[in-house]
Amino acid sequence: MSLYSELILDHYQNPRNYGMVNRPTGHSHVSNPLCGDEIDLTIRIEKGRIEDVKFKGQGCAISKASASMVTAYLKGKPKDELKKIDKKFIIKLLGIELGVNRIKCKIFSLEAVKKLEL
Amino acid sequence: MNIKQDFPIFKNNPGLVYLDSTATSLKPRSVIDKAVEYYSQYSANIFRGVYKISEKATQEYEDTRRVVSEFIKAKSENEVVFTRNTTESINLIAYGLGRKIVDGNDEIVTSIMEHHSNFVPWQQLAFENGAALKVIDIDEDGYLLKNINRVVTKRSKILALTYASNVLGTINPIKNIVREAKKINPEIIVVVDAAQAVPHLKVDVQDLGCDFLAFSSHKMLGPTGVGVVWGKEKTLKDMFPFMYGGEMIDEVYVDRTVFKEPPHKFEAGTPSIGEVIAFKEAVSYLNSLGMDKVREHERRLVQFCLQELSNQFGDRIKIFGPTNSEDRGGVVAFEFGRFHPHDVASILDEEGIAVRAGHHCAMPLHTRLGASASVRASFYIYNDESDVEKFIKGLKKVENVLGK
Repeated sequence: MSLYSELILDHYQNPRNYGMVNRPTGHSHVSNPLCGDEIDLTIRIEKGRIEDVKFKGQGCAISKASASMVTAYLKGKPKDELKKIDKKFIIKLLGIELGVNRIKCKIFSLEAVKKLEL
Repeated sequence: MNIKQDFPIFKNNPGLVYLDSTATSLKPRSVIDKAVEYYSQYSANIFRGVYKISEKATQEYEDTRRVVSEFIKAKSENEVVFTRNTTESINLIAYGLGRKIVDGNDEIVTSIMEHHSNFVPWQQLAFENGAALKVIDIDEDGYLLKNINRVVTKRSKILALTYASNVLGTINPIKNIVREAKKINPEIIVVVDAAQAVPHLKVDVQDLGCDFLAFSSHKMLGPTGVGVVWGKEKTLKDMFPFMYGGEMIDEVYVDRTVFKEPPHKFEAGTPSIGEVIAFKEAVSYLNSLGMDKVREHERRLVQFCLQELSNQFGDRIKIFGPTNSEDRGGVVAFEFGRFHPHDVASILDEEGIAVRAGHHCAMPLHTRLGASASVRASFYIYNDESDVEKFIKGLKKVENVLGK
């Protein structure tokens, strides 16, 4: 199966939640100079609920699609969800198999979520 | 001439288009067989055994040294030291000689097109000894700047330069550069990183006039785990050893140690015996093809590739390095539209095409080029025009999948 499934390509070409949220309550920045990738993640949490979450940055199709899908999933969920999601969850969310050398592209957005300073 | 037949990997991976020989080359059957021969017939340690199979192994090991020294036109086989790879070779020079001759008033000169292995050891040596690190720049076409007298001075103790860039493909005019540098400072030590040169073109160390040359077996059809330092015997004698321990000593007392003469002074511990022995077959294979023919084959392929890339993709592709194939090894690194190099490489991989994506261990160069990463295709003796055609077709698929 191709890594570049319709789902991945859709999120790569039409990324959801791209940009910065208004009045953020949290922010994180991750970068990987090895591939020149970086993500800025901003989030607004109100009354324990993720009101808005957006990402900005550059990266390969997989890392962009991953950030798009993760933010789409998180929006509207309780704040606890930020702690709950893990590597296994992301792999399932994206629905593609990646070799050892590219797994980091997929979990790059997870790294941004885990680094959020709220 | 069907060279692919000599490489079992093509039989085991039908349809493989291998365009990453700059990272490591594939291995012909003769090399694999020779390693198997050592491990199955005389897999003894070298030098210490007085029994037959140890003597056989020692003789085979030292035979490789002779064959390698002849291949690069060394004066004597004592000028050839075996290491694990080019990185270790350059570190050996930096520790063994650099530490001895460089101090706070001196300069170390290198270039912006170096692989990290010929950059970081010198940068760190400069930090440790308080010396100045000077870096020769490139021009817009990927050539090293001429007039090195603007950088090299009487205080420059070491000039460390690559013979051929692993990203730009640029083949540097080493002989002229050595001559220029030695005019400015006759004492300057010129270290040549020839990892991308010895596998691909005729190298004559005496003609070049440099002081050291470093390269790896695994990039020239040989096994991994074997690198070479070539150095003049007198210089090697004056150096510190690199690693201390077994094999590199003549006598050890509680209060002192007498080291062996070069090259064994630098080969502490049990080396990669089987790999060194099999390396000889790699050199023989290249000799049987003839290095002039190897060079011409790659020059023609790279020219064809550059032409096709520009015909098919025009401005959508940005190729780094010289456009003249005469000045360029079989390496083509490029940026492809707005596509991330990893996506390009992954989609090509789905077509059985192996290319490299990233900064290719040359971050200062990529920063200088204003690119965080690039895609790199590289060619060797087993590649042919049909590989280039499949590569072009693969790139068209990248545009189809990701959208122009």
